[in-house]
Amino acid sequence: MSGAEILVRSLQEEGVEYVFGYPGGAVLEIYDAIFKQDQFKHVLVRHEQAAVHAADGYSRSSRKVGVALVTSGPGATNAVTGIATAYLDSIPMVVISGQVPTAAIGLDAFQEVDMVGITRPCVKHNILVKDVRDLASSIKKAFFIATTGRPGPVVVDIAKDVTQAKTTFAYPQTMSMRSYNPPSKGHPGQIKKAVNLLGEARRPVLYVGGGAVLANASEQVRELARMTGAPVVNTLMGLGAFPGDDRQNLGMLGMHGLYEANMATQNCDVLVAIGARFDDRVISVPQHFLSTPKKIIHIDIDPSSIAKRVKVDIPIVGNVRDVLDEMIGLMKQTGVMPPAEPLAAWWRQIEEWRRHDCLKFEWSDEVIKPQYVVQKLYEITKGDAFVTSDVGQHQMFAAQYYKFKKPRQWINSGGLGTMGFGLPSAMGVQLANPYDTVACITGEASIQMCIQELSTCKQYHIPLKIINLNNRYLGMVRQWQEFFYGNRYSESYMDALPDFVRLAEAYGHVGIRVEKPGDVEGALREAMSLKDRLVFLDFITDQKENVFPMVQNGKGLNQMDLPAHMRELQLGQASKERDYGHLC
Amino acid sequence: MRHILSILIENEAGALSRVVGLFSARGYNIDSLTVSTTEDATLSRMTIVTHGSDDVIEQITKQLNKLIEVVKVIDLNESDHVERELMLIKVRATGKDRDEMKRMSDIFRGRILDVTEKTYTIELTGESAKLDAFIGSVDRTLILETVRTGASGIGRGERILKV
Repeated sequence: MSGAEILVRSLQEEGVEYVFGYPGGAVLEIYDAIFKQDQFKHVLVRHEQAAVHAADGYSRSSRKVGVALVTSGPGATNAVTGIATAYLDSIPMVVISGQVPTAAIGLDAFQEVDMVGITRPCVKHNILVKDVRDLASSIKKAFFIATTGRPGPVVVDIAKDVTQAKTTFAYPQTMSMRSYNPPSKGHPGQIKKAVNLLGEARRPVLYVGGGAVLANASEQVRELARMTGAPVVNTLMGLGAFPGDDRQNLGMLGMHGLYEANMATQNCDVLVAIGARFDDRVISVPQHFLSTPKKIIHIDIDPSSIAKRVKVDIPIVGNVRDVLDEMIGLMKQTGVMPPAEPLAAWWRQIEEWRRHDCLKFEWSDEVIKPQYVVQKLYEITKGDAFVTSDVGQHQMFAAQYYKFKKPRQWINSGGLGTMGFGLPSAMGVQLANPYDTVACITGEASIQMCIQELSTCKQYHIPLKIINLNNRYLGMVRQWQEFFYGNRYSESYMDALPDFVRLAEAYGHVGIRVEKPGDVEGALREAMSLKDRLVFLDFITDQKENVFPMVQNGKGLNQMDLPAHMRELQLGQASKERDYGHLC
Repeated sequence: MRHILSILIENEAGALSRVVGLFSARGYNIDSLTVSTTEDATLSRMTIVTHGSDDVIEQITKQLNKLIEVVKVIDLNESDHVERELMLIKVRATGKDRDEMKRMSDIFRGRILDVTEKTYTIELTGESAKLDAFIGSVDRTLILETVRTGASGIGRGERILKV
């Protein structure tokens, strides 16, 4: 069997359903082998970055491994942004890249690039295959590494002559590596300590991150929340791990987190971090975060995420799902719970914070508010849609105003913050979930970074709903220029925009422009009714709307810039905090 | 604080560059690095001398452990260990300096490996500080060339780093 056939068979062995890719010289043998089979489908994208994002969206929404296939040189380098995106969000993915023939490696051959070298800092692992006899085991290894422990992308770079060389096919059924033994169960002693600490908590908070989503630990998070009665805050990556419309959910925390979520996190006495890593966009600087004393329990599969930014009192290394199961079991067995009386007082305080309704925004009859579009989308889709986003203001509005019910429903580039992620990842989501509504919330700047994929959507009949919040600005850049650069809008204005409606139509889709607030709902309903068509909704939104609340770099979670109706709080915030001790 | 890390790693192409890349990408320091295969040809052993606060060293250790090919990492500083570095130093040895160089070499238990009319090439082993001391003790202008391996370390007694 040729190397190309071995690769194809290996992918079939792994149960691969879709491969997203783009052919080229170094992978022609592989494409020929793909042509001759019909077990998995290949999706031809328009740019390799999109292949990787599509594989990423497919994986995030389906719990399966995303697979992308690119050629050597420019094909490989185009894939790097997608790989880095998957790496920072720990997405299980296998990227196969072609390489020039082994005899040409190192000779600056046509379309040669050191793919293993180029991707080394942004993959979980990578492998260069130079001998066909190593090919099947390399693929097995790649899937094994990508999916176990803290997941991540693995690159397999295959020299062209390897795809042509022949050997017998034997796919390893199991894989074990002496140097790689990811943990699963948590340390029982630490779990006991954690339960005991939680049992003493007067102001507990469960801080839930993307690790809970990746570990499929949503059920466990719910149960722990129910049992303890503790409020839950979510990171951007953790949205949906706990139902967004649940009373115990305080919503997203961090730089653009909700007032109640940030205040609760800052003022809690026991924080249980569940698959969350105290990112700078979440807690800002550690000094401020730790300025109010709190004990931290940190559950994470990756030991290097623990105590990286903040000191942790009880570290528990293990699979979040297993550890939570063990904690819940022990709590049931021992009946250790946070005391009810202080917890009730804690909730009274939280409800007081919540009453300010920090997401309230000013309605306008004249101009469309971006928040309103997301709110309406949430209502019309009944919170059931998959939502992908790009990066910027629209991303934060999506995270704040769409209440995600389930994990894996919210697909976005949290770690790397990749503009251009929304559309291609949505393609992967839609292919994995053909009967669900998939909306891509984007902005006029972000969408243009991978807009060529409208062509792919046409070819494969992918009926996305693109929600373009078009404010003719790099909105988040403009917001920062207003806050920190004296309103000097250096290069943040998007001039000479295309007519998105005609652009969508040119690609064979439906385009709708919406300019009046009164037309928002109708347009969204119309788009949702067109089940078999891609609809590009171009919402001309308020140019000046900003994302609130906001925690500026270097400030504490309790030092937020608040929306207009809460501004008086900012002045009183310091004294309010001093009084706070009496409440609990 | 100075730390000496000992790493067992799969003897595979590219493994060394992963370790070095990790240090540069995350902004850690490498003061010295030695690497060679062990008695088991599938394994290499690296000794890295680095410095940083306890937190930084903890992160370095964790990040190293995360590399797929890394089998084991220990911080030799945590208990008794011995370490040695090899230095080859070529010095000018003429006139009265010739005797002086011989004496200095003897005092530091060096061995003169190569002799020419004008030079000695001396082999010295010991802790890195001893090699520094030798350099500090001879007349700077007489040093023609030095080459050092960087420290290698091993735990004392029963403390063994093995698969």
